[in-house]
Amino acid sequence: MTGDSTFGVVGTSVPRLEGRDKVTGRAQYVDDMTLPGMLYGATVRSRIPRGKIKRITFGQDINWDEFVIVSAKDIPGTNCIALIENDQPCLADGVVNHPEEPILLLAHPDRHLLPKAVEAISIEYDSLPPIFTISESESLQEIIWGTNNIFKTYLIEKGDIDSVWANAAHIVEAEYTTGAQEQLYIENNGMIASFDPQQGITVWGSLQCPYYVHKALMKLCGLPAERVRVVQMETGGAFGGKEEYPSMIAAHAALLAIKSGKPVKIIYDRMEDMAATTKRHPSRTRHRTAVSADGKILGGEIEFTIDGGAYETLSPVVLSRGAIHAGGPYYWPSVRLRAKAVATNAPPHGAFRGFGAPQSLFALERHMDRIAQTVGLLPVEIRRRNFLQPGQTTTTGQAVKEPIDLGKLLDHALELSDYAAKKEKFARENQRGRTSKKGIGLASFLHGAGFTGAGERYLGSVVGVEACDDGSVRVLVSSTEFGQGTNTVLCQIAAEALGLRYEDVGIAQPDTHEVPNSGPTVASRTVMVVGKLVHSAALGIQQTLRASGLLADPYSPEEFRAACRAYVAKHGKFRSLARYEQPEDIVWDEDKYRGSAYAAFAWAVYVASVSVDLTTYSVSVDDFVALQEIGKVLHPVLAKGQIIGGVAQAIGFALYEKVVWENGRMQNGQMTNYIMPTSADLPPIRAYFEEIGNHHGAYGAKGIGELPMDGPAPAIVNAVSDALGVSFDSIPLLPEDIFDALERNKAEAAATPSPRGCT
Amino acid sequence: MRAHPADYELVAPATLQAVLSLLAQEPGQWLPIAGGTDLMVQYAAGKLATRKLVSIWNLPELRRIEVFPDEVQIGAGCTFTDLRKNEIVAGEFSLLAGAASWTGGIANQNRGTLGGNIVNASPAADSLPALLVYDSELILVSARGERRVPYANVHLGYRKTQIQSDELIRSVCLPRRFSRYYAHTRKVGARKAQAIAKVCFAALGSVENAEVADVRLAMGSVAPVPLRLTETERVIMGKRIDPDLMQLAAKTAANEIRPIDDIRSTVRYRARVAGNLVAEFLHRLRSLS
Amino acid sequence: MNKNGRASKCEITFTINQKSVTVRAYSMARLLDVLRHDLGLTGTKEGCGEGECGSCSVLLDGVLVNSCLIPVLQAQGATIVTIEGLSADGRLCALQQAFLHCGGAQCGICTPGMILAACHLLDKKPQPTLEEIAEGLSGNLCRCTGYTQIFEAVKEAARSGASK
Repeated sequence: MTGDSTFGVVGTSVPRLEGRDKVTGRAQYVDDMTLPGMLYGATVRSRIPRGKIKRITFGQDINWDEFVIVSAKDIPGTNCIALIENDQPCLADGVVNHPEEPILLLAHPDRHLLPKAVEAISIEYDSLPPIFTISESESLQEIIWGTNNIFKTYLIEKGDIDSVWANAAHIVEAEYTTGAQEQLYIENNGMIASFDPQQGITVWGSLQCPYYVHKALMKLCGLPAERVRVVQMETGGAFGGKEEYPSMIAAHAALLAIKSGKPVKIIYDRMEDMAATTKRHPSRTRHRTAVSADGKILGGEIEFTIDGGAYETLSPVVLSRGAIHAGGPYYWPSVRLRAKAVATNAPPHGAFRGFGAPQSLFALERHMDRIAQTVGLLPVEIRRRNFLQPGQTTTTGQAVKEPIDLGKLLDHALELSDYAAKKEKFARENQRGRTSKKGIGLASFLHGAGFTGAGERYLGSVVGVEACDDGSVRVLVSSTEFGQGTNTVLCQIAAEALGLRYEDVGIAQPDTHEVPNSGPTVASRTVMVVGKLVHSAALGIQQTLRASGLLADPYSPEEFRAACRAYVAKHGKFRSLARYEQPEDIVWDEDKYRGSAYAAFAWAVYVASVSVDLTTYSVSVDDFVALQEIGKVLHPVLAKGQIIGGVAQAIGFALYEKVVWENGRMQNGQMTNYIMPTSADLPPIRAYFEEIGNHHGAYGAKGIGELPMDGPAPAIVNAVSDALGVSFDSIPLLPEDIFDALERNKAEAAATPSPRGCT
Repeated sequence: MRAHPADYELVAPATLQAVLSLLAQEPGQWLPIAGGTDLMVQYAAGKLATRKLVSIWNLPELRRIEVFPDEVQIGAGCTFTDLRKNEIVAGEFSLLAGAASWTGGIANQNRGTLGGNIVNASPAADSLPALLVYDSELILVSARGERRVPYANVHLGYRKTQIQSDELIRSVCLPRRFSRYYAHTRKVGARKAQAIAKVCFAALGSVENAEVADVRLAMGSVAPVPLRLTETERVIMGKRIDPDLMQLAAKTAANEIRPIDDIRSTVRYRARVAGNLVAEFLHRLRSLS
Repeated sequence: MNKNGRASKCEITFTINQKSVTVRAYSMARLLDVLRHDLGLTGTKEGCGEGECGSCSVLLDGVLVNSCLIPVLQAQGATIVTIEGLSADGRLCALQQAFLHCGGAQCGICTPGMILAACHLLDKKPQPTLEEIAEGLSGNLCRCTGYTQIFEAVKEAARSGASK
């Protein structure tokens, strides 16, 4: 599969499968659909961060008889959104733990009446003292979750960390922080639910993981699996923001549908979506690293803490990935990594592309530059000296078994970005320049594809390929398309496996009544893990047709279709299924948190060059090179699109996207005030690929969806630090922050006259 | 969308006269709406208190640009795109054309009007500093007649103007005496397009015999109203431009403005950047003379 | 308005995608909502409701506007083009083809507005520079693509001589 065969379909940029519908406006997103007799739903939410509900008053001016009203009492099954811990209520029952927590649901035929009705409900609370930061949570001044506000901890240990300090030529210590980030998919969350006493509940919506919603609705409604049906509509962006949250909005729509006996549509507006739904976990990372005189890492202590908000949701998994990536692509002879996820009274934080890794890798890659400066080496050199070599092990003890040469990858990135020449030029120009300063910075990193450790085995993904009566085949997966190219690439793989044309393969709309559970569409697993299963399942069709004697060897696409038509006419449609099996060389110890964390890592080196305007302190990214080794490029245009889009989001994470909090609530929940980059703010982003294959993934592919989120922020902040000679250890890095830092620096320099001169 | 359309009424009389009669008959009842780029945002947020609106969009009497020998009269109903496309505005009043080019994206420039920008009276509005330095005057019309007021007197306080509820702005008048000046404008926002200004700056300057003969500076987003920096101008007038003057002017500007901490930025950032912008302007003025 | 403070609907006649259409709608109904709900033209999307994201962009009398900010009464007698109007007789226009070819559409939600904005740009500037493309599309937010492949699509459409 990863051999040198020339491919017919895989490796070419075939047209996006659903592309035509998207460019003609025909694609059906959830708000484009209406059902007869449909009502609209809205949510009444907490206005305080923490407290007990004392009294709910329904205002005078509304005719409440026209409304369907749902509270926690109306929940037929269990009042929770089932995920990992099941601690998050679907509707608050007497107690609230974050602003925007859902308390009541309303439905009405006239969608315009709902906002007024929501406003007309007043709720009195007995407030309790809230906590909003990691430090406040750690201080235990208030216990808001469990016994100690801690959702989860991990300890990763390797080697003999306590012995490295004595011999270290340098000990480098610092703290790094990252803020919350809003996924900002352009299509807000939405669901339609319909209930029939016989059929059960059906929901259609904007979502990534049909079977997550399915599981949550089963528990909420107390219904068996066959009486819950979840259908994914065309989804206008997700990025993790529609991994777990859709279960909540689906639950709300379902409850209203059950109570009213009518279909109910809930669509959030932008402000509600931003304020109430999940965001990237804020983080704090503390590094203390022992380094030899020649710049080699001897060992380190890393403390990685994320703020999970008020309920556990996916925090343990975000923590896991962040912790495992915290050592980056370097060799750590010893390490002690303590990771924890803590509770605060903010709306629960959740999945966002990268899922913990952008946070821990930001810290690491800033820290590498700090180490370089302390030791007296260049940022390029410090990395070169510490890169993992094949045969060496990661922080969890996973041996690098593939022939990746990170030194050469680095060289390639430096060449593509003209790094050396620019660095020299910028240094020269900065001496003279008074209105702006330029800098160049890099980040080297990795991203593991698929679920961690035993996760894929636990998921036990199943994929189907179906032979259809017109001779085509149809891919059956619960993996969803939301722009990244799922439909296209999975069909390419099936076509390639069967020697068919791209147009001979279709894919079913993800509908839990129709498709098996191929796992959630997350964790950069779809092409690599699910794609590999599609390949196997497709071959099953071929085997069946061959065994029936209808299919020659070799055969043309037309001959295949004829054989398929004949078989189906005689025996009916049939499906070939493939189930995930953990490769034997992926061994993981969940208790010690050691072993092979991922089947494959993609490797990358990113280089950013920036200018800092000294009049306004704003940063422009002038050039961005994103080089990555991803196994095999299955679709050049889609692969580039993923990298460029991810880099753009990460530029936002680094320089623009700040969530302004007040009392646990996002204040800037509008596109005017939550700043994502426009086309005028981004440079042409240059994406390049290397391919060394990967025997675990379809046609040698590795996952790439999240990789581009990990590198840009530290590369850019390294570049800004390079430009200004000041360290920045926190993102988002706004002009105001740069100004404050420069002022502090000036004040410090003035206050402490140093015989050595200034930095 | 948090408003119910049934709670609102919009009428669209065909002429300016008809609009003015309506405003006179029912004073304070009708809110004029032109391109809607401000009001419709408030409406959709459920925050538009006035329930009756009268459309002044595309009224021919308001949407023309008349050129006289000594002044240009820009109809208040002209959109930002109209301003950018007009040769005289682009040529002689580059500060205004510049502001028009960064007021929202193209779609909003096609609907947002100069009159709307003034009447909405946000201190962050992009075109207002330019109007201040150009010594603009407004022609206000109502059923009672016309009056002409210096633009500098129009803003009374945060989002409050002296325009009466039965009045509309008919034209913005710009005297044609600034084409020889060095014109400099810059907007500082959170990103390069579609950003509400953290500071916006418009400046005109002229130098004679190496001394500043005239200087006019105005800023937005640094006070409850768009501000003419008269103190800073005084400090600069008649002087030679050198690093000491630039530093003094920057400091004076930083102290003259009255910025606040808000969702977009901080007092100290705005103060420093305001000073930097003035220094940058003086630096350019010097190198051009 | 009647005495309960409720407005009555009025008749709005306009031309949409070359067809004359009359609707009864409240004067302050948003043009976006009339297109989507009264006329079933769901290709135009709502992303923000405040004129920032551009996914509701349409051409009104040949001019690019955000339909979420237009009260329908102000569209009386107008000529409107939505995304549905670009592929007359089922054939894709040059921009649509270029978007498909270059990867300009990922999740697709910004795509209708983005294509109309590009249409409007090419109409005014048939051979735009990269800077002009960036400026022309700066009112249309895309969260998926990072814009690069969208710009390539616009350049490709311009090269193929499209300005429809």
